[in-house]
Amino acid sequence: MLLGPSLAVSAILFTLGVVGVLLRRNAIVIFMCIELMLNAVNLTFIALSQQLGLDGQVFVFFVMTVAAAEAAVGLAIVIAVYRHKDTVNLQRINLLRG
Amino acid sequence: MTLVAFWTFAAVAIASAVLCITRRSPVASALWLVNTLFSLAAIYVLLDAPFIAAIQVLVYAGAIMVLFLFVIMLLNLGRTAPGDIKGPWGRAVAVAAGLVLVFELVALWLAAPPGELELPAGTVAGTVAARGAVQAVARPLFQGYLVPFEVTSVLLLAAIVGAVVLAKRRL
Amino acid sequence: MTPLAGGIADWVGLAIALPFAGFLVNGLLAFVAPRRRALVGAVGVGSVVAAFLVGVAVFLALLAAHPAEPYVVTLWSWIPAGRLQVDAALQVDQLSVVMLLAVTGVSSLIHVFSLGYMGDDPGYARYFAYLNLFVAFMLVLVLGASFPVLFIGWEGVGLCSYLLIGFWFEEREKADAGLKAFLVNRIGDAGFLIAMFLIFKHLGSLDFQAVFAGAPTALAPGGATVTAIALFLFMGCVGKSAQIPLYVWLPDAMAGPTPVSALIHAATMVTAGVYLVARANVLFAMAPVASAVVAGVGALTALFAATIGLKQWDIKKVLAYSTVSQLGYMFVGVGVGAYAAGIFHLVTHAFFKALLFLGAGSVIHMMHRAYHHTGRHADAQDMRNMGGLAAYMPWTARAMWVATLAIAGIPPLSGFFSKDEILGAAFARGAAQPFYYVVWAFGLAAAFLTAIYMTRLMLYTFHGPNRTGEAERAHLGEAPGVMTWPVVTLAALALVGGALNLPHVGTLEHWLDPVTEASAAFLPALAPAPGVEIALMAAAALIGIGGIWLAFRALHPETLLPPERAPRETGFARLLLEKYRVDEAYRAVIVRPLVWVARNLLWRGLDAGVIDTAGVNGSAAVARGLGWLGSRLQSGQVTSYLVIFVLGAIAVLAALLHPSLSAVYHLWAR
Repeated sequence: MLLGPSLAVSAILFTLGVVGVLLRRNAIVIFMCIELMLNAVNLTFIALSQQLGLDGQVFVFFVMTVAAAEAAVGLAIVIAVYRHKDTVNLQRINLLRG
Repeated sequence: MTLVAFWTFAAVAIASAVLCITRRSPVASALWLVNTLFSLAAIYVLLDAPFIAAIQVLVYAGAIMVLFLFVIMLLNLGRTAPGDIKGPWGRAVAVAAGLVLVFELVALWLAAPPGELELPAGTVAGTVAARGAVQAVARPLFQGYLVPFEVTSVLLLAAIVGAVVLAKRRL
Repeated sequence: MTPLAGGIADWVGLAIALPFAGFLVNGLLAFVAPRRRALVGAVGVGSVVAAFLVGVAVFLALLAAHPAEPYVVTLWSWIPAGRLQVDAALQVDQLSVVMLLAVTGVSSLIHVFSLGYMGDDPGYARYFAYLNLFVAFMLVLVLGASFPVLFIGWEGVGLCSYLLIGFWFEEREKADAGLKAFLVNRIGDAGFLIAMFLIFKHLGSLDFQAVFAGAPTALAPGGATVTAIALFLFMGCVGKSAQIPLYVWLPDAMAGPTPVSALIHAATMVTAGVYLVARANVLFAMAPVASAVVAGVGALTALFAATIGLKQWDIKKVLAYSTVSQLGYMFVGVGVGAYAAGIFHLVTHAFFKALLFLGAGSVIHMMHRAYHHTGRHADAQDMRNMGGLAAYMPWTARAMWVATLAIAGIPPLSGFFSKDEILGAAFARGAAQPFYYVVWAFGLAAAFLTAIYMTRLMLYTFHGPNRTGEAERAHLGEAPGVMTWPVVTLAALALVGGALNLPHVGTLEHWLDPVTEASAAFLPALAPAPGVEIALMAAAALIGIGGIWLAFRALHPETLLPPERAPRETGFARLLLEKYRVDEAYRAVIVRPLVWVARNLLWRGLDAGVIDTAGVNGSAAVARGLGWLGSRLQSGQVTSYLVIFVLGAIAVLAALLHPSLSAVYHLWAR
């Protein structure tokens, strides 16, 4: 009964995460927006697990584990970049230029 | 009652998310994101997932977001940095992409309503009530998903090593 | 079904395998031990003689059984492709065994002769390897039981011909002569291939037995299909057997060693076309137009080449044009339906023309040696440098006189009977179709010219005063026995070869009856009435004697001058000496435009212009441009990557939604 509204909320949160990623230049904030998108997806899993079984919750557990690992490595990268460039503004970081 | 609670928390989550992506200060953004995560935890409880809700508060709102704040403070990024939010063109692109995306997601939702696969209402809630919040998740986790669960430990180990290697000044 | 099964006929493949093994061994020796001449010679000659013995054994088995049906030995399945089923199969029948004996017999003698002729050549092992390979392919050609197998042999002997013409490839013109032979033959082979396609299309098989048994019912006699098949087959024969207009390669082919000229370009390979027509006699008999073309081309070639032979100074060139002329005779024979007579002339011609070439080879060998001793550079093949050689080389001279009388058609030598039979058949057919009287008249005129140019060759080479040179004369002498004995053996064969098919006895003709009987229903071999036949024989003999007499009267070897002092020819004689300038005409009309088109349109225009510029460089430029665009995209700005990434995700979602997007629109519009 909460499935439809949950999916709608999930869609809105996910889109807000995407908009945030597109809007910001600060690497850490973009990171947080990605976490927001992950949480939107988690909400979808939880909502659907009510209908399809507990496997959805187990999956969310895994997503959180991966998110934690990702946050650890990602933030370490941010620190390393900051040490080289003295900024986390992505506009000033163009090591990937071809 | 449940519906009222759901929409309340949903409204809080969405509003906090909007504030999170629009606040100029990274610290403010992080705190608004924490607010969103708490609201989501409440929604999880409403969706019969109390264990996940607890994990959400502990791991996400607790550990991960604290890590974010810690890094922000470590790098001394607390004050508002110029040029963090893009100019008018960037904003237009972001909003347009967001509108198209939400349209598509809603279309997806309408196009494939998950009707046929439904369990009888209250099945999950019954399981949780019968076994307890932790055991309800633990059963499938340690039976069907045992190998992925063990593999996760390797992933975490790799992440630890990676984080140490990247963040340390000199090995 | 056939008494041949289980006997030696099952082992007829040995006749091919032995020379092929000889080729492999000698080919190996050419690389590892080219100086082991004794071993090379033993392998080269031994393998061919062994093949000859196999041929004799098969012949005896066939003689005992004399089956009405060909005996096919299937070795393995070669091309199993749906409806097209071709086996690597050999066919033992009366015709193929005649060819088997003629090829291996003459080859054996020529291999022996080569031991002496090539004795000092550094490419000794290579030479015998090629020669053995040639024999193997020639036997594939005559023994093959289907058109594709025959074609393998056909192309294989072409390859060996190319290799042996250009044997001394260090000299540019000799390498070019090989190339010319190869290219001219391609024109004919294209016709052969088209004929095979047509046969398969209309008869559904390429096996000789199936094709020849099926043709009379599946194809309309005299119809366009069978005529086209026969004419395209004949196109292949025209190339291989050096008929007008593709004869030009054969005189140039004399650039090869003389035994090669004797074996490949006189006795065996060039007669493959005649063999093919005789083999496919049903198809040709069903197409009267094609048969008339065969006879007409043959008659024209016989006369045309004979006139050129009148004025050549190079002893091998005379013999080359003589070969072209005699091949024309054979085609007259198979063209008028006298298939046995054509094959008969093929066999007798193999004897006396091989003899003539080997004799000429002996002469050239000795001339060359004499010039080599004194260090003088003169043409060892020019008859104006010879004269009076009979005193030095008596056996060679005697043997060559036998061959000359045989080719001139003097009774009772072999050439008289075979030629007479062809002319008689042509004359007999003239009663119904006057066109064949013309063919007969051409043949008679060619016979007259043959007698003249051959007598001329003998007079200038062996009689009159010697013009070789004072110092060189001391070094002239008879060739070694290994070269003389094959010549004398061939002389004996040329002398008595006519006994194979005496008039009214017709041993060979009856022998070949099982092969030709299917065509007899459409084109019976006619023989003139007995009285007319006697008159024709007398006329032919008189023509031959008259030609020799005229040559003796008109030619004066005493007055001949060596080439450096000889006056320039004028008028028609000069035109003959220059071979009617056919080569020059071909060069101007065909070769030059072709080369121009190839160079300017195909190379500079198509290859360099279109393919290189637009194709190769163009695609490279497009890739480069795309790469440039891609590198512009690679700005290093992560934020713009993110925008692109999100747009991509949106696009993927849109693609997933595509069929239902309109449904959503309807939902909202409602």
